[in-house]
Amino acid sequence: MSETSVWVIFIAAIFTNNILLTNFLGMCSFIACSGQIKTSLGLGTAVIFVMIMTTIINYAVYYGVLMPLGLVHLQFIVFIAVIAAFVQLVEMIVERFSPKLYFALGIFLPLITVNCAILGASLFMIIRQYSFLQSVGFGLGAGIGWAVAIVLLAGLRQKMRYSHVPQCFQGVAIAMIVTGVLAMAFMGFAGMVSIQ
Amino acid sequence: MADNQMVCATCEPKGLCGGKGLVTFKEGAWANNPLAIQVLGICSALAVTNRLENSLVMGAALIFVCIGSNLIVSILRKHTPHRIRMVAEVAIIATFVILFDQFLRAFYWDMSKQLGPYVGLIITNCIVMGRAEAFALQNPPILSIVDGIANGVGYAVVLAIIGFFRELLGAGEILGHAVPGFTSWYTPNQLMILAPGAFFALGIVIGIFNAIKGPDPEENK
Repeated sequence: MSETSVWVIFIAAIFTNNILLTNFLGMCSFIACSGQIKTSLGLGTAVIFVMIMTTIINYAVYYGVLMPLGLVHLQFIVFIAVIAAFVQLVEMIVERFSPKLYFALGIFLPLITVNCAILGASLFMIIRQYSFLQSVGFGLGAGIGWAVAIVLLAGLRQKMRYSHVPQCFQGVAIAMIVTGVLAMAFMGFAGMVSIQ
Repeated sequence: MADNQMVCATCEPKGLCGGKGLVTFKEGAWANNPLAIQVLGICSALAVTNRLENSLVMGAALIFVCIGSNLIVSILRKHTPHRIRMVAEVAIIATFVILFDQFLRAFYWDMSKQLGPYVGLIITNCIVMGRAEAFALQNPPILSIVDGIANGVGYAVVLAIIGFFRELLGAGEILGHAVPGFTSWYTPNQLMILAPGAFFALGIVIGIFNAIKGPDPEENK
């Protein structure tokens, strides 16, 4: 299980095991913030950064604190606390040192706390028993995969404004179905590499 | 309102009814169905609906967590400082999720393995958080329980519908039992069990709900 090389995990997390299109994580902000390519790029960048940092911190917390103390059953509450605290910290640092970046990312940062992809990545890391380097590769790959998916959907939705969609399917319903087609396209990568 | 999907944790459902329990129930389970109308908490709805059994367990989990967190948040609503209410809510929700997770591990190990990380992910499920924030913070405990049940049931029913059709069309089975005579004229389509099928199924369900409900006067897209 933990024999897979870091590179394979990284590629698989982007394409074959895309955290959004095959594991359905981070759907809420995916649907809500995919109206425009620019917005989705901003959110995507923020997710990549937070995801890689929180997987590293959660790895350290899980194997350094929770395991030795036998408190593994508290992992959910500890992970979500780490994520919330980290996001808050990043927000404060960015606001202090780079107001420009703060205004660009500003509204997305709090949203990320409730993005289930972030918590999901930490949980997958534990369930699949990744080593430290593998976790880093997985966190980075999963973040990039999520960003790629949301930018793709934003592009498609921008085009879709000019098409005639039946009234009851307008908005979220058609976005779902388009995402389904996107997921089918990503299934074409299956067999290239795989992680489980 | 298209805007209320922008910020899923803080989004306010339209028309909070302050009155009777029945109104609250109907509002939560049908008129403002968390999944089909408000489109909250779709991550888990997509992930676990490949089989009906998983969908039912997930629905039960959400009903439990929703009731519990609504009750506690409501009881503590006058003692929680406004600034730290989010953290308090997350801690309360996480506690109930841990309870349910430990219960599954102890008595239904196979199911716990199948659901994998998705039980833990109820913490970040926007429905629970949204109800705590939008309803339990302003209403007395009893009414909050009703609201928790209503939203939980509304979620569970839609989940069961999707799970039913995905298992039927994808594997030709229901609850793991082959449907007699069904596969003789229908070839199960694996796609329905895989990821794209989940998106198609949920998209169609949302579309049908919108069609039944009729065009929303507030929604102009």
